[in-house]
Amino acid sequence: MEQANTEHSHGLEMDPQVEYSSSKLGMWLFLGTEIMLFGGLFAAYAIFRAKYPEMFLEQHQELNREMGAINTCILIFSSLTMAIAVTAIQKGKRMMSAILILVTLICGLGFGVVKYFEYGAKFAHHIYPDTSIFFSLYFMMTGLHMLHVFIGLIVLGVLMVLTWKGTFNEKYSTPVELGGLYWHLVDLIWIYLFPLLYLIG
Amino acid sequence: MSEHSHSEEHHVTSYKPYFIVWVILMILTAVTVYVSYLDFGTLNIVIAMVVASIKATAVALFFMHLKFEDKITWLFAIFPLVLLFLLISMTIVDTFTRITP
Amino acid sequence: MANHAVATNVYVPFLEKKGILSWLYTTDHKRIGILYLISVSFFFLIAGIIALLMRIELLTPVSDFVSPHTYNVLFTLHGSLMVFFFIIPGLAASFGNFLIPLMIGARDVAFPKLNLGSYWIYLLGTVIVLIALFQPADTGWTFYTPYSATTDTDVILITLGVFVLGFSSILTGLNFIVTIHKMRAPGMTWHRLPLFIWASYATAVLQLLATPVVGITLLLLIAERSLGVGFFDPAKGGDPVLFQNFFWFYSHPAVYIMIIPAMGVISEIIPVFSRKPIFGYKAIAYSSLGIAFISFFVWAHHMFTAGISEVAATIFSFLTFLVAIPTAIKVFNWTATLYKGSIELHSAMLYALGFIFLFTIGGLTGVFLGALAADIHLHDTYFVVAHMHYVMIGGTVMGFFGALHFWYPKWFGKMFNEAVAKLAWFLVFVGFNVTFFPQFFLGVQGMPRRYATYPEEFESLMSLSTYGSWILGLGVLIMTVNLINGLFNGEKAPQNPYGSLSLEWQIPSPPPHENFEEIPHVTDWPYGYGKKKEVDA
Repeated sequence: MEQANTEHSHGLEMDPQVEYSSSKLGMWLFLGTEIMLFGGLFAAYAIFRAKYPEMFLEQHQELNREMGAINTCILIFSSLTMAIAVTAIQKGKRMMSAILILVTLICGLGFGVVKYFEYGAKFAHHIYPDTSIFFSLYFMMTGLHMLHVFIGLIVLGVLMVLTWKGTFNEKYSTPVELGGLYWHLVDLIWIYLFPLLYLIG
Repeated sequence: MSEHSHSEEHHVTSYKPYFIVWVILMILTAVTVYVSYLDFGTLNIVIAMVVASIKATAVALFFMHLKFEDKITWLFAIFPLVLLFLLISMTIVDTFTRITP
Repeated sequence: MANHAVATNVYVPFLEKKGILSWLYTTDHKRIGILYLISVSFFFLIAGIIALLMRIELLTPVSDFVSPHTYNVLFTLHGSLMVFFFIIPGLAASFGNFLIPLMIGARDVAFPKLNLGSYWIYLLGTVIVLIALFQPADTGWTFYTPYSATTDTDVILITLGVFVLGFSSILTGLNFIVTIHKMRAPGMTWHRLPLFIWASYATAVLQLLATPVVGITLLLLIAERSLGVGFFDPAKGGDPVLFQNFFWFYSHPAVYIMIIPAMGVISEIIPVFSRKPIFGYKAIAYSSLGIAFISFFVWAHHMFTAGISEVAATIFSFLTFLVAIPTAIKVFNWTATLYKGSIELHSAMLYALGFIFLFTIGGLTGVFLGALAADIHLHDTYFVVAHMHYVMIGGTVMGFFGALHFWYPKWFGKMFNEAVAKLAWFLVFVGFNVTFFPQFFLGVQGMPRRYATYPEEFESLMSLSTYGSWILGLGVLIMTVNLINGLFNGEKAPQNPYGSLSLEWQIPSPPPHENFEEIPHVTDWPYGYGKKKEVDA
């Protein structure tokens, strides 16, 4: 995330070990922030589900369980490829890592495509964020998640190009690791969204 | 790989554990989808959340290497969950103990 | 100067480089601190002027100076600018940036570029809000639904601005936590850290983990207005009180984002000017964390009359009393530090003493308000306004002014006029009390807040309060002029004018670019005053 400061080069470079552990701690702190950001939506979900169980039970039928399941599989698989990509670059296998990041990226795109069709189907049925509390939640939660997927895709794209060009190696791969952490969080949040919205309603 | 002195830094694992975790995640996904077609009443949500939490824990521990991180990272990984629990539980306490006229 | 043996590095103060770009692209934490300082001071003065306008309107019982709608707009602006643009980033971001690396013996924060990014995001937020000023909202700084979801004024823009600011706050907090964990100089153990660092750490945790909740809340409010989402709309099955639950889940901890750094400042100033070791170091240090932790458990005490359940209200009322414990621990320890000290009434010390006095009043009246039964009567009256200002001005602003006077020589390498500073302090202190003490009485007598007009029976207290605001305004004006004048005409500041033992005073004023010639090896805590061996540099 942070490269050595170039403005005044003498003496300001951090010890690589410190820089590495700092960057990782920073990323974990950021993930904590993300959890709290989604936390508000989870809290809203808990309240309204307890308040209107019938509405949730009835309206979640409108969601496409198969598509949700497919997307879950896609994301979990992309998490796998990303995890391996990180280990690969740490072992110095540059090409393998770049290709795995590319696979992760394609999975992310696939997730977006499925989501696109899902949203399209909802709009075709005249279901919008203001249709009901349940669909407000559905659109806000998946929408915010989708935003994170998009950001993740950009991050992955940059990482792939840099890995391809050989910026990272077994000695320095911090950005790949941080990007991986972020992508896993996107997966992790979906792991909760999927049953909450698609399965139990 | 035997990066001995700072083993908690750059913990390079082999690829095999990732595949095991992945298989477990896929099985759990199948389980949770299957269970959703059965009717256990309120138990459904409990099962779904327990399964999701196992999956999330697996992702955090192995994919995200939380298993190899230091105490501070653990602290900041868990503390938000405590706060989240607090936010949800106290908001629920408020909402469902109101006396509506 | 202590660097007689050094030949390689020539001392260049960090302020040396000129040109606007050298500021906007700087990654030097001290310069970023100055950028924050200028920005927050600007908003403090703007919001202060708005407050004076409001007080002029309240001079007489009728609405003669501004219309009631304008008055609503004014208090919304005053509140949101003060809270989100001045107090929250005020001490935490400006002095936090300047002091944290200096105090822990580091050359910079952990992520200097991210730090600059935080400032740019802050700037972006201010730009959005300045645009929003052309169509100002009238909701009050809390943006409560359902009114904020239905009013015709432009709520989206100002909430968007606050949302963006939240990002800046989160990233700053993140940066500071990592810095304090990873960048401490050798020998700088946790129990040798200056107390301001402990305070900053607690603050940073709050910034990091509470801010995203208000982020999502404001996002939902924006979605409510733009997409028709109905979480807070009873007509759609939503719950307006839910907004308040979410809002205060952040905004109560935010109160401590505002006050804990000020407590850290006081803990630095008092031992230096008492020439005594700080009493109860660990108690003060851990009470900062304690306050931060408890602050997450008390949010609903802002909502006792909003229709929350009695069960919840009782729980929250009880929990609220707990906050008083770590706060009182701090006050007792400061007082114990003063006891039998050889006290020097420097202007910074005066502000610190003002803090203890006023914050104690503010804190104790907070306990009244936290008591469920009393709050039902006092809620949304001037009592709340007075309490809030005793905590925010009497606490945070006093701490901010104290910090300004205390670290001014270090930061700018110049001295201000001490006699004028004392005069300004006197006016601020007197003016503040004349302005806000009457408001306690107004509140108990039942005068509600946020009205442009009031019954004639309140006129004497109301106009007294307005006169007080003029004294306060004059004090702040004199202080500002004095400090700015010092920049141009002040004497050169010595390295360590107060004989402080903290690391930032052991290097030249202003500090060179990378702070330390050599990273120091710390062998002791910074509060060992009054020992025989101590010889000032």
